[in-house]
Amino acid sequence: MNPLEPPLALLAELTHRCPLQCPYCSNPLALERGELDTASWQRVLDEAAALGVLQVHFSGGEPTARRDLDALIAHAAKRKLYSNLITSGVLVDGARARALADAGLDHVQISVQGREPVAADRVAGYRGAQAKKRTACAHVRKAGLPLTINAVMHRHNLGELEAVVAMAVELGAARLEVAHVQYYGWGLRNRAALMPTRAQLEAATATVAAARERLKGVLAIDYVVPDYYARRPKACMGGWGRRFLNVSPSGRVLPCHAAETIPGLAFESVTERSLSEIWRESEAFKRFRGTDWMPEPCRSCERREIDWGGCRCQALALAGDAAATDPACELSPHHAALVEAAERESAGAAPDFAYRRMPDRAAV
Amino acid sequence: MNAPVRIEASSAPRLPRGVKLRFDEQRKRWTLLAPERVFVPDEIAVEILQRCDGVATVDAIADALAAKYGSAREEVARDVTEMLQDLADKGVVTV
Repeated sequence: MNPLEPPLALLAELTHRCPLQCPYCSNPLALERGELDTASWQRVLDEAAALGVLQVHFSGGEPTARRDLDALIAHAAKRKLYSNLITSGVLVDGARARALADAGLDHVQISVQGREPVAADRVAGYRGAQAKKRTACAHVRKAGLPLTINAVMHRHNLGELEAVVAMAVELGAARLEVAHVQYYGWGLRNRAALMPTRAQLEAATATVAAARERLKGVLAIDYVVPDYYARRPKACMGGWGRRFLNVSPSGRVLPCHAAETIPGLAFESVTERSLSEIWRESEAFKRFRGTDWMPEPCRSCERREIDWGGCRCQALALAGDAAATDPACELSPHHAALVEAAERESAGAAPDFAYRRMPDRAAV
Repeated sequence: MNAPVRIEASSAPRLPRGVKLRFDEQRKRWTLLAPERVFVPDEIAVEILQRCDGVATVDAIADALAAKYGSAREEVARDVTEMLQDLADKGVVTV
């Protein structure tokens, strides 16, 4: 086995608090209320830089809900970490944008729910979200910060993809991520409400290809496909425990943001061990790292070090076994069932959204 | 809206805000850090990127590299322009 390389990026989920309620949120269904304090996050940033992390993504929930965000960005800058803020933008006014820039922030990513405000606000579960996001984009650009628009696409908004591309240009973004919903956690719970048809997906792919050509040098477009209609799985997180680590609001260190759905894995906390020890020694990171854990057909597949067996959480959710081949792969015995579910659900009437919400305190 | 960047002999290329050339002490190599991306430039690319200070022109960069490596000036100028245009199309170099 190759010597263990250090991670490239840290996803710092500062909080699970968020004013929005998007039904495809990447946070776990069991949202956390506990949060590390400022000093603990600063120590995590120190440890990440020492370990070899190059980029830190401040995320959430809504990271701007943390009052100490500027201090954490400044700390990252001091450690020469490239900082990216992943935000909904609804809490970012002019003063906040300037403060973020002054703290040394390198880049901002603002998510949008679509182009048409009423429909977009319905997805966000927040009236006026779209208008606030547009204003936030203007403030971010005025503060001199580079901007990426992240557009999450699904059956309800794929029809306006062309308008979303135009909006990204109009808002002064240099990058656009066209990200089809990924179906874990909240997205999986809302799958029938969100899954596009194959025809919708193909139209979107063609729109992206044409826009890339037309907007070369103006807008770079990244494209995240929904793997239900793919023939091979995606290299989830670039391989388990290989490129990324994720620290949850309370300090748990995870190979990906959905990893806690996998039973039998014990995740360690930055409150108990250093990031470096956890990266190197934690059983949860070692469990699916590399190729030794793979079953057939992955083990002998020529793509085993390209897609790394796909997504473990999707294997668990759809094949009932986190150590199985990702059912997005057409070589998986569960692939036909996955395609059948996508085709059936996308053709049927869309059910109401199950919005992402914190559990009631009384119910915890 | 951003306008497409065209690299010409008289352009003075620079790294835009949000793009950083940094020596990675752990891995002992240069990296170009950009939004959601980490590029590992080769030796020549590093030589070029280190000179992208918004002052030196493409011509001046080509002169410096041709002198340093003892290569044909025209060939170096063509390679430098091509590389910078490619990076400009990716949004990691501007003028």
